[in-house]
Amino acid sequence: MNAFFALVARDLRLAFRRKAEVLSGVFFFVVVAALFPLAIGPEAATLRHIGPGVLWVGALLASMLTLPRLFENDWRDGSLEHLVLSPHPLGLLVLGKIVAHWLVSGLPLVALAPLLGLQFDLPSDALGMLALSLLLGTPVLSCIGAIGAALTLGVRGGGVLVALLVLPLFVPVLVFGAGAVEALNSGLGAQAHVSILLAMLLPTVFFSPWACSAALRIALE
Amino acid sequence: MRWESWSDFWFMGGYGLYVWGSMGMTAVLLLVEMAQAHLAHRRALALVRAEQSFENP
Amino acid sequence: MTMRWFYYAAPQTFYGLAGRLWPWLAALALALTVAGLWVGFALAPADAQQGEGYRIIFVHVPASWMSMVIYLAMAFWSVLGLTFNTRLSGMMTRALAPTGAIFAFLSLWTGALWGKPMWGTWWVWDARLTSELILFFLYLGYIALTSAIDDVRRADRAGALIAIVGAINVPIIYFSVKWWNTLHQGASVSLTRSPSMAQLMLWGMLLMALAMWVYTLAIVCYRVRTLIIERECHTDWVQALPEVAGAKA
Repeated sequence: MNAFFALVARDLRLAFRRKAEVLSGVFFFVVVAALFPLAIGPEAATLRHIGPGVLWVGALLASMLTLPRLFENDWRDGSLEHLVLSPHPLGLLVLGKIVAHWLVSGLPLVALAPLLGLQFDLPSDALGMLALSLLLGTPVLSCIGAIGAALTLGVRGGGVLVALLVLPLFVPVLVFGAGAVEALNSGLGAQAHVSILLAMLLPTVFFSPWACSAALRIALE
Repeated sequence: MRWESWSDFWFMGGYGLYVWGSMGMTAVLLLVEMAQAHLAHRRALALVRAEQSFENP
Repeated sequence: MTMRWFYYAAPQTFYGLAGRLWPWLAALALALTVAGLWVGFALAPADAQQGEGYRIIFVHVPASWMSMVIYLAMAFWSVLGLTFNTRLSGMMTRALAPTGAIFAFLSLWTGALWGKPMWGTWWVWDARLTSELILFFLYLGYIALTSAIDDVRRADRAGALIAIVGAINVPIIYFSVKWWNTLHQGASVSLTRSPSMAQLMLWGMLLMALAMWVYTLAIVCYRVRTLIIERECHTDWVQALPEVAGAKA
């Protein structure tokens, strides 16, 4: 367990040294959220309608942007091999890296989304559900994305390739995440959506470090 | 026989474009796939021949 | 029995087996296609609601089925490959992918051409078509990943992992798309509601499905032989092959 926390702390420290890399994902989210109204028009009713979907897709794409960073830097300087060879269970170490990645890339999106939701004239309970759905959904994105990042380690066309691999797998999270806010808006209640998001989160957090370790071993051979 | 004439057959009750568009695309893609597989096989054989001539000049 | 399977797991022996099989499979596929098209276009009657336009199902439904079956086959070979570390498993998965992608595309294309005269739009966001679209993306992802990695063995294993992860996700994706579809469209039309099948229509569809299945077996056998030659080009047995020395230039 100590190794887990040590790794999370280390990754967080490294991330804070490279603030630009980290913040670029967040700024991307902000920019994308602004692009849609510019493209579609400022009419409040339309924006309220598309808002949850736009923000969810924006969060998804912003998460994708920061994924290559998850293993790339460690791989380049050799520390990834040390992690793989260490006596600690690789799954635990990978989970540590994923947690650190989410804290730095996913959690800011969760915090920022309600603010951006105001730009889409979303009511306050929708903002709350948006934040909750992203809170449950972004860790899943980090977990599944990590598998993609591990598989494409050092491969040409890395970033786009990871997106192509991983975006189809995100569809269920997207459907239920954005759907939760929609359901709340239309008065149907989002309890089912939230339960399903939770049901997707728990197995993913459990299984993805295992798949990710397999992927890392494949990549490092 | 279902069809009175060839032109009836191509017309397909007004749905000709859609039915033949589907059948046509299917035929084209599968033929292209077969051709591509054949060409790849020929290229592979040429590769082996090249290896051979490289190792036994 | 196990010994027989592992015997054919060696590329050298599988090459011979596949070489003997594919011409027969191709001939059978052709025969089934002719039979299926005959039943579908010459014998089967027009549909009460859809007229002659329904005949697209003779390629649409088989293509959809094959795109799903092939992906399952890819997942199967991937599991086998990662478990037993056999070279042939990776080759089988790679050989299956292009055919699966083509069938997925055909399913979408024919689906659109079916939808336009029936429902008025070129694309319908119903659960089946949307899931098929995502399946197409999964195929593209596999092909992109295996093409991007230079080291063949690493590419095989990475592809195997993504194929397995994809296969596990397919039911989840289908379920979530179905949910999304019913929420947003309510009781709307769907391409999954097939016309009440006359016997001949069903037979035509089944024959075409069988034809596509046998075709897949034939082309995969053929493709695997090419992959074997490419990967084993340094070995004596490949260099001694009659095709290499023969007049085929």
